[in-house]
Amino acid sequence: MHPWSTYTVFAALGFRRYSAYRLATAAGAFTNTVFGLLRAPITMAVIGAAGGELAGYGALEGATYAWLTQAVLTPVNVWTWDELAQRIRSGDIAVDLARPVDLQGAYLAADLGRAAFQVLPRGLPPLLVGALVTGLAMPTTALPYVLGLLALTLGVCVSFALRWLVNLAAFWLVELRGVLTLHMVAVGALSGLTVPVHWFPDWLARIAAASPFPSMIQAPVDVLTGRVEGVEALGVIGVQAAWCLGLLLVGRAVLARGVRRLVVQGG
Amino acid sequence: MADLAPYRALLSSRIRSQLAYRRSFALDVAGSAGVGLLEFLAVYVIFTNVTELGGLDFAAAALVFAFANLGFSLADIVVGHVDALPTYLRSGTLDAFLLRPLSVLGQLVTSDVQLRRLGRCAVGVAILAVALPQAGIDWDWQAVLLVVAIPLVGAAIFAAVFVAAAAAQFWLVDGAEFTNAFVYGGSNAASYPTSVFTTPLRAVVTLVLPAAFTAYLPTLLLIGEPGPAWTPAWLGWFAPLAAVLAWAVALTGWKAGLRHYTGTGS
Repeated sequence: MHPWSTYTVFAALGFRRYSAYRLATAAGAFTNTVFGLLRAPITMAVIGAAGGELAGYGALEGATYAWLTQAVLTPVNVWTWDELAQRIRSGDIAVDLARPVDLQGAYLAADLGRAAFQVLPRGLPPLLVGALVTGLAMPTTALPYVLGLLALTLGVCVSFALRWLVNLAAFWLVELRGVLTLHMVAVGALSGLTVPVHWFPDWLARIAAASPFPSMIQAPVDVLTGRVEGVEALGVIGVQAAWCLGLLLVGRAVLARGVRRLVVQGG
Repeated sequence: MADLAPYRALLSSRIRSQLAYRRSFALDVAGSAGVGLLEFLAVYVIFTNVTELGGLDFAAAALVFAFANLGFSLADIVVGHVDALPTYLRSGTLDAFLLRPLSVLGQLVTSDVQLRRLGRCAVGVAILAVALPQAGIDWDWQAVLLVVAIPLVGAAIFAAVFVAAAAAQFWLVDGAEFTNAFVYGGSNAASYPTSVFTTPLRAVVTLVLPAAFTAYLPTLLLIGEPGPAWTPAWLGWFAPLAAVLAWAVALTGWKAGLRHYTGTGS
C-alpha cells in the first residue's frame, strides 16, 4: 500500500471514531453555543466601553470574533488530550513503534480526521445562533474562506504538534495532570480564545507573538473574517506553517530520545 | 445527627493518597493556580483597554471575578468530582455505593475531594487582598460580614449547580457536556458584571442559574453601588435564599436520578 493511502485510512478512522458519539457531539455543540451567548455580549460591552471601536473591532466584528472562536475551538482542540501519554505509560507505545507506519504521521492524520468531522457539527450551531442573535460580519468573497480553511488546517496541525510534545513528557514524568493543565491554560490565555490577541497590552502581545499559540485560534479567525487579506493573510499562514513544521520536527526528536530511554529501562 | 465517622475515614484516606506524591501534587496545585491566574488575565487585558465595564471599574470588576472564582473553586474542591458520575455509572462503581448503609451523595462527595484545586482558591484570595483596599469600601460590620459570607454563599450555590448537573447525568450518560454549559458557563457568567448581558440573559443568570448571586449582586452591596434596573443591589441580600432554593432543586433532582437509576448489570 502506498504510504499516503495508509494516512488516509488513519484520517478516516479519526473521522469515524468521533462521528459515532452523536449525543456527545450535540452536547458539545450546545456548550460551545452557550459560551458564545455569554462571550459575545461581554466582547460587545468591552467594545462599547472603549467608545464603539477597539483595535479594529466594532460591535459586530467583536461579536463575530466571539462566535467564530467558539466555532473553531473544538476542531483545533484546545482541551486536554493524553491518549499518547497513556500509551507511553502503559508501554503500548512499543507496539505502536513496531508498526511499519510513522507514528507521528499516523497520529496527525487521525487528528486531522477528527477535526474534519468536528468542523460542521461543532462549528455551525454557534455560527447559526450568532447570526440570529447578534448578526455576523463575514466576508462576501470566496478567497478569505479558501485561505481560512488552509489557516484552520494549519491551526489544527500546530495544536496537534504542541499536544504531541506535551504528551511526550510522559517518558520522564509519572504524573502529567499538572503539565496538561498548564498547557491548556496557556492555550486559553495566549491563543486569542478568550480575548483577541490584538487587545493585549504591549508586553503580553510580545510574549504571544513569540509563541505558537496565536497560530492556533487567532490566525484562522483573522483569515476567515477577512481581518487580514491578500499578502498579509499569506504572511499569517506562513508563520503558522513555520510553527507547524518546527514543532513537528522537535516532536520527532523528542520522541526519539524518549524511545531510547524506554529501551534503556526495558519498558 | 448522622454518624460522620465513616465519611471522615473515607475523606482522610483520599487526602493522604493525594499528598503521597509531593512533586506531582505541587505541579497540580501550580496548574490549578495557573487556571485562575490566566482566567484573570482576560479581565486584566480588558481593563488595559477600557476604564469601566458594565458600570464597574477595574477594582470592582476584580472583586466580582475573585468572589466568583473563590466560590466556584471552593465548591469544586468539595463536590467538583461529582461530575465523574457517568464514569461511575458505566463501570458499575455506583452499585457498590448503593450497597453500603451510607448516603450515596455523601460517599460520592467524600470519594475524591481534590486538594490540588486549592491553587485556584489561593489566586482568588490574592486578587481579593489586592482589590479590596482599592474598591473604595466603607468598612463597617456589614462590609466585613459580606466579605466573609459572599464566598461561602457562592460556594453553596455552585455546589448545588454541580449536584444538579450530576443528577442530570443519570439520564444523559453520554451527554456529559450538556451540563458543562451550566456548570462552567455559570462560573464564566458569574465572573463578569451581570450588567454586561442583555436583559433576557440577565434574567437567566439571576433567576434560572443563580450565578449573579455568587458575586456581582453582593459586590454591589459591598461597594455601595445601587446597580442597574432589573438587577438592583438589594437583590444581593437574597443570595442565601438563592442558595437554599438551588439546593432544594439539586437534591430533588438527585433523589429522582437515584430512583431512575437501575444499574448497569455488571
